[in-house]
Amino acid sequence: MVYKTRNDGRKIDELRPMEAKAGVIPNADGSAYFKIGKTTAFAAVYGPRELHPRFLQNPKTGILRCSYSMMPFSGSGERIRPGHSRRAQEIALVMTASLNPVVDLTAFPNSVVDIFIELPQTDAGTRCAAISAAAIALADAGIPMKDMISSVAIGQVDGTVVADLDYSEESYPAIVSDIPIAMLHNSKEISLLQMDGEISKEDLIKAMEMAKVAIEQVYKVQVQALKEKYQKVKQ
Amino acid sequence: MIENKQTISELASKNKRLDGRGLEEYRQPITIETDISRTAEGSVRVQIGQTVVLAGVKLSIEKPYNDTPDQGGIMINAELTPMSSPEYERGPPGIKAIELSRVIDRGIREAKAIDMKKLCLEPGEKAWFVIIDIITINDDGNLFDAGGLAALAALKCAKFPEYDPETGVVDYKIKTKESLPLLKEPLPITVYKINNALLVDPTSQEEKAYDARLTIASDTNGTISAIQKGGNTPLSIAEISNIADLALKKAKFLREYLDKVIK
Repeated sequence: MVYKTRNDGRKIDELRPMEAKAGVIPNADGSAYFKIGKTTAFAAVYGPRELHPRFLQNPKTGILRCSYSMMPFSGSGERIRPGHSRRAQEIALVMTASLNPVVDLTAFPNSVVDIFIELPQTDAGTRCAAISAAAIALADAGIPMKDMISSVAIGQVDGTVVADLDYSEESYPAIVSDIPIAMLHNSKEISLLQMDGEISKEDLIKAMEMAKVAIEQVYKVQVQALKEKYQKVKQ
Repeated sequence: MIENKQTISELASKNKRLDGRGLEEYRQPITIETDISRTAEGSVRVQIGQTVVLAGVKLSIEKPYNDTPDQGGIMINAELTPMSSPEYERGPPGIKAIELSRVIDRGIREAKAIDMKKLCLEPGEKAWFVIIDIITINDDGNLFDAGGLAALAALKCAKFPEYDPETGVVDYKIKTKESLPLLKEPLPITVYKINNALLVDPTSQEEKAYDARLTIASDTNGTISAIQKGGNTPLSIAEISNIADLALKKAKFLREYLDKVIK
């Protein structure tokens, strides 16, 4: 058994349809909505603002702090208990690490830039959607950035390397590996790389090469969302 | 956020508001969008002015409570996310979120809005439990009304997932056509008193300037199912009577939006 035709009929390197919008939360300094397939994410950026508790302050630079949360009704099965699960905390940690290389907060010592992610509906690929949304929100907030960052998951389903797995592929009854990747647009460096499952080194390289192309598509959607907002402002 | 407590209070005494609205005027747009989350059994996005909340209903099968073995249950939870306002922080629900969820909960529970007996599958063993989560996206005031409207709208459009009584398995991927057994449709309206003026639908700035508030949940026929008073200023009986009249009138007004979207 080899996975040839994808469950939803996509090509192996085809992403699910994407939608993005910047500036969706008026209270926030920057915000975004990002949708890929049936996974939707809101991101809000607050700051730079004073960091509490104070012992976390860094006199040399501001810091980035992420918070990731799936809404209680966003899972495909039973209700998810609200609050910070260990999974959510770990995702927040890897998100922060992946976004850190693109922001320059040296102009804001002792301060914090908070990024809040909320997902109303999920169908796999949530941390990638979260990072892609966060990047738009950071740019929307006018946070100094050295590069744009986009994210998508590549995976291997029963021997075939495919882009942007949905939940039916993640839970496919065969060997599946899931590799969320975030990549900087100009440098093509990878700032998020996780993986679970089973994959050979050759296929891992193949997956990263596929990510390079796939991420360009995410990048285009992100930039378009920002352009749309600021063209509106200009008019 | 700029605090205009004194200005708001002075304006109110002249029947005026900071944004030029009438005292009994709701902000626009008022929108209700259904099925914003396909993973929920029922879900809506409600917007009043710049306040945006989402509500989602999840249904699960649990053991009924010992004192009501032939009934299902209901639970309402509200999350004031740090995404929605610079004033909120991550963590366990604060007192504001607790009050919000409890007021909306009482409105629905005490109105006996859901036929709890119809939620029972096997007395003492299995019953459907209805859980409503209200999540703020942008808080610009009047979460009671926005949250209450969202909760009711989500209940109205929720559909049961497929349930196999033989195996006891719930397939959340398949939604049946069966709606929740709703008997009533309680909707809360909150009236604020600022410097002797009564007004509805406050912005978050106006919420900082109020003396007293009264939330009144009422049904389509005007029956009141829950009341909650907030604020440090007492109200006279005459004032409460005026507030009730205004709340019932505004419930009718908001209900029109709901009826347009969900039949």
